Amino acid sequence: MSHSTKDALLAWVLRACAVAAGLIVVLIVVFLCLEAAPALRNAGWARFFTDPSWHPNRRAADGTFNLTPMLWGTFFAMTGAVLVATPLGVLSAAFLHFYAPKGLAVYYRRLIELLAGIPSVVYGFWGLVTLVPLINRVHPPGASLLAGIAILSIMILPTIALMADAALANVPRAYLHGAAALGLSRWGTLRGVVLPAARSGLFTGVILETGRAIGETMAILMVCGNVVQTPRSLFDPIRTLTANIALEMAYAMGDHRSALFVSGLMLMGQIVLLVAAAEYIGRGRVHG
Amino acid sequence: MADARAARAADAAAAALVWSSAVLVTGVFAWVLFDLVRLGAGQIDWAFLTGEPEDFGRGGGIGTILVSTGLILGVCMAVAAPLGLGTAVLLAEFTPDGSLLGLLVRRSLDVLAGVPSIVFGLFGNAFFCVYLGMGFSILSGGLTSACMVLPILIRSTEEGFRSVPDEYRMGAAALGMSRAAALRHILLPAASPGLVVGLTLGIGRALAETAALIFTSGYVARMPESLFDSGRALSLHIYDLSMNVSGGDPRACATALVLVALLLAINGSASWMAERWLHRKVSEA
Amino acid sequence: MSDAPAYLKTEALSLRYGGKQALEEIALEVPRGEITALIGPSGCGKTSLLSCLNRLTDLVPGARVTGRVWVGGKDIFAPGTDLPALRRRIGMIFQRPNPFPLSIRRNLELPLREHGIAERARLDETVEKALRDVGLWDEVKDRLHAPALRLSGGQQQRLCLARALALEPEALLMDEPCSALDPLAGGVVEDLIASLRGRYTILIVTHNLAQARRIAGRAALLWWKEHGGRLIEEGPTRQIFEAPRDELTAAYVQGRRG
Ligand SMILES: Nc1ncnc2c1ncn2[C@@H]1O[C@H](COP(=O)(O)OP(=O)(O)OP(=O)(O)O)[C@@H](O)[C@H]1O
Ligand SMILES: [Mg+2]
Repeated sequence: MSHSTKDALLAWVLRACAVAAGLIVVLIVVFLCLEAAPALRNAGWARFFTDPSWHPNRRAADGTFNLTPMLWGTFFAMTGAVLVATPLGVLSAAFLHFYAPKGLAVYYRRLIELLAGIPSVVYGFWGLVTLVPLINRVHPPGASLLAGIAILSIMILPTIALMADAALANVPRAYLHGAAALGLSRWGTLRGVVLPAARSGLFTGVILETGRAIGETMAILMVCGNVVQTPRSLFDPIRTLTANIALEMAYAMGDHRSALFVSGLMLMGQIVLLVAAAEYIGRGRVHG
Repeated sequence: MADARAARAADAAAAALVWSSAVLVTGVFAWVLFDLVRLGAGQIDWAFLTGEPEDFGRGGGIGTILVSTGLILGVCMAVAAPLGLGTAVLLAEFTPDGSLLGLLVRRSLDVLAGVPSIVFGLFGNAFFCVYLGMGFSILSGGLTSACMVLPILIRSTEEGFRSVPDEYRMGAAALGMSRAAALRHILLPAASPGLVVGLTLGIGRALAETAALIFTSGYVARMPESLFDSGRALSLHIYDLSMNVSGGDPRACATALVLVALLLAINGSASWMAERWLHRKVSEA
Repeated sequence: MSDAPAYLKTEALSLRYGGKQALEEIALEVPRGEITALIGPSGCGKTSLLSCLNRLTDLVPGARVTGRVWVGGKDIFAPGTDLPALRRRIGMIFQRPNPFPLSIRRNLELPLREHGIAERARLDETVEKALRDVGLWDEVKDRLHAPALRLSGGQQQRLCLARALALEPEALLMDEPCSALDPLAGGVVEDLIASLRGRYTILIVTHNLAQARRIAGRAALLWWKEHGGRLIEEGPTRQIFEAPRDELTAAYVQGRRG
């Protein structure tokens, strides 16, 4: 084979790989839609929000399909976790760059990387055997929104901490020297110069952690109690969209199964929006 | 004067806040590890690592589970590695900045990286298990995980190629070598650290996965006889023991400890290799 | 221009990087078997000109070449040009020595194999001859399996030269081949290049005017004007250095500008 035919062949093989890899997302969306179609046809979008309850049935006409309690569950758990994890993550990054002695920073960063690699099912298990009984003593039943928020915060903390770490590392040294020359204190520098300069990187980090919080399944499933209800306090058990899928997929049939794919489609929609937002902010950073 | 004092107080308060959050994070991590070791370490011995689960997992070991997990990882990597390598080479070596194909593929991988694992589970169930007729099997689970780890794998491999100096490409071209030959003999070896790091991170990610496997590789804890058998992954074993088997906690904890130890080793070596060879930090973020 | 027939010839050769013009309307003839020095201030387009001559510009995203280039009488931008064959006929030596991260022997063998030479005896013979040509054989014959990157800078550059010579090229393009080396190693490489006169057509970029006078029979001055690098003057080295026709040339060779 001549050089140029070999090169052309290689280019085609590589293109085929890339197209295949790129099409996975499309395939996912297509199959979610295909599987969700029966429920959407037999029940329609509106019933997922207006039905009196979530008592799905294999025939849409015989069941009720209200997903709103689960949507609220996801929303509260996600919001709580983001509110807890974001400050902790940003402060962790500040610690790495401005407060920790050099030797310690290395270890702390390593620690956060390790935290990032621990699987959610392990956190969930730990929550189940340690955290839930603890909360139960304060306010039964223990398996609750609060437990979910706590575990979810630990889960997403490494994401925001590592993103914030990268964002702070990108702040030009000149800014710091400028701030030092003006006699700003460490906190003054951080609040007045560094955090604003790292803003877009921090936003991207928050968006990514939000995505993880929405999509997290196992940890939440194991500590939240999984009662289908809109929570009225932190101590109420909740069920999230993801947990709902994991719990019911095993036996769901017909329109019930299809309804679970509808909730998968909702999750997918949220993630696409978040990625688009991250992209938008990221682009803003490139152009200043 | 008062202003200066206030600023100094704020500075001290901020320092206290920063330090206490670092201590809090470290503390929580230590707490989790401590609990796992306290509850699980005593049960781990050779028999546990090699035995078959008995009494729904309350007794016996995790030997068959380890085998299933290994097979799922094997399928996952056998598919993801070539596909990821090809895509990474295309993105790093054959796509000029701003090419439409490159742009689309990158965008799509960004989304793929954010897809929740439970959605992978739904997709894997609908596509591999039902549509392609593979049923609940190690094959379905491995293929689903392959889709999941592709973005990490590609990103890392692509970085490996980008860290190869242009001089090699120019030198090879100036000697009249084809791009295929330059790639095979020079660029690929030089970029292999990125590939290895990517593979390691990918294995870590697949090993940590649970939600995507529940409805694809299934629950069966027996020794799998072929890739078409259902096989229970380590993470799923932990879930099942702690949620569905009363009295399963001790074994669940021991399994969790094994899983965490494996992951620490895998991710630790990935970041060690990345810092040593690629001079960069890795993260799953 | 010159008595010997030109081996490399350009006509109205222009080069743009994206929106930026780097070379404008270059008409240069490099005679066969002669060493021609390409001189000029930094950034005037010398490297760019070299990379047009073996179409290495193809690898640079956004680079666009217009005009024509003949190598040994063949238009290299004609459609259907066999690039590997072209690049085999024209060796290139870069400013920074760029041996591949392979063993010394593999560095030489890999391109040979690429060009269809696979017979063991023939490979060994060619490798040895090329290494002898650059005076490296005695230094490395006992460690041909050692990584090439462990050689010194001067040895690496000679290895790169050997790698190019092994392909039996007709011309060599050299981009400041001595500038990244210490004076001693640079001297060795320079002597080596001088010894190649007559056997190869050589176009060598250098900032070292004394070197250009020592080794080159002809010299060409490139200069950055409003629309990219232009060829200011070309002629026998003697004439360029002692009786330049252009004012810029006079200023440059006397060190008054550039
Ligand atoms: N890949 C590229 N993309 C865009 N512009 C380039 C590229 N390579 C070179 N240039 C520009 O083209 C002009 C000529 O560059 P070139 O490297 O050919 O100069 P040179 O004469 O070799 O300089 P030096 O003596 O410093 O090596 C410069 O202005 C340079 O900035
Ligand atoms: Mg140059």
